[in-house]
Amino acid sequence: MGLKTWALKKSIWLYHANVGACNNCDIEVVDCLTPRYDIERFGMLLAGSPRHADALVVTGICTCQARPRLQELYLQMAKPCVVLCIGACACTGGIFRPCYHFDGPVDKVIREVDPDAIIAYVPGCPPKPEAIISGALKALDAIPC
Amino acid sequence: MNLGLVIPVFAGATTATVLLGLISKWIDRKVTAWIQWRKGPPWYQPLADIIKLLGKETIVPHAAGGTGFLLMPLVGFATVSVAATILWWSNLNPESGFIGDVIVVLYLLTIPAITIILGGSASGNPLAAVGAAREMKLLLAYELPMLLVILAAIFGATTTDSSTGLAASFQLGTIKTAHTVGFAASLGCVIGFLISLMCIQAKLGLVPFDMVEAECEIATGPFIEYSGAPLAIIHLTRVMLLAVMPLFIITIFWGGFSFNSFGMILASLGKYVLVLVVLILVRNTNPRIRIDHALRFFWYILTPLAIVALTLSMAKGF
Repeated sequence: MGLKTWALKKSIWLYHANVGACNNCDIEVVDCLTPRYDIERFGMLLAGSPRHADALVVTGICTCQARPRLQELYLQMAKPCVVLCIGACACTGGIFRPCYHFDGPVDKVIREVDPDAIIAYVPGCPPKPEAIISGALKALDAIPC
Repeated sequence: MNLGLVIPVFAGATTATVLLGLISKWIDRKVTAWIQWRKGPPWYQPLADIIKLLGKETIVPHAAGGTGFLLMPLVGFATVSVAATILWWSNLNPESGFIGDVIVVLYLLTIPAITIILGGSASGNPLAAVGAAREMKLLLAYELPMLLVILAAIFGATTTDSSTGLAASFQLGTIKTAHTVGFAASLGCVIGFLISLMCIQAKLGLVPFDMVEAECEIATGPFIEYSGAPLAIIHLTRVMLLAVMPLFIITIFWGGFSFNSFGMILASLGKYVLVLVVLILVRNTNPRIRIDHALRFFWYILTPLAIVALTLSMAKGF
């Protein structure tokens, strides 16, 4: 493992994008920052701008309106980066899949702009913070060294 | 100082400042974590952040003026390195500076803020423009009391008997080694030190005065479009400033650093850690204030106090 990969794995900055979630997964993402889980132990921080981020944390089904914005967000990120689909909605569409405003799921939308995107799926409604942390680490393992 | 010595001194001072800054940044994040009842990051975290950013893609947005956008972080880094070199050199050899080096350092420490304004404006992002405008107002706000209290320290260091005393005390080494005589002048310098602590809080962009970046409001403002290596250089510059600013006010108001004996080294470290911890505690116990509140605070509260400090330390001369 080179110095560059080591540094990337020890310092993951997250950008949180809500593309039509019910807010439950967002609360669990914020949970990761609280003293109980404290993901800053692993060097993870919430970044204010997608340009600074290494992981795009996506919650929600990806609605028709959010779709072009999500693609733009992914293109704005500096590569190498990973995408985390948090929750059943982001992974598959969940119970909202037959709805009129569903235009996802997230992985399909991202793969349209970058077929080689590294995407991790964290299922659950909502997933536990432990699952989110584990998903982030597994996605980083998939980055080619 | 001969020319052959310049490069090793410059490299040594820059490296020392970067190392001290990285450790300070880690202390900052660790103490913040403790205050919030968290565990906090490991000791190598600031270093890992910078190495990671160096390895990432550099994006120049369509709307950005490419040259200025990419050049400004480098200019900021260069000026902080030069300021750090002058500061370390006059701390280690107090008699070897030149008359007016305190003015040079003051100018050099203003340039990083100007590069933030220019780089943010060059990025073509409206949020960066808002951040740059705030940085400009903040610069106007804190420079006035900062300059006044440094003038107070210069008058405090002036010797009354010699005719060249005032000229010589525009030198960092003289200010550092001077013993302020008299109650009035000492009181003036103590007030000046407290005021300068608040000014460097704003200069470093720490929390009560972090309206320039305001992560949850304008998404890091002037830095919003930076990525990869330029962002790494911006972080490196800020890390160095975290070491240079406390070093600067300790040199001006508190006898500076010296490494002649074990006790001196401990005293120097103690002063530095104390200033750093005060900055961190203020940062963690205050909310972000608005730019007009900051302006009012610096101009209407700190500036009259700074004038009082200046008058007190001038009173000794008469």
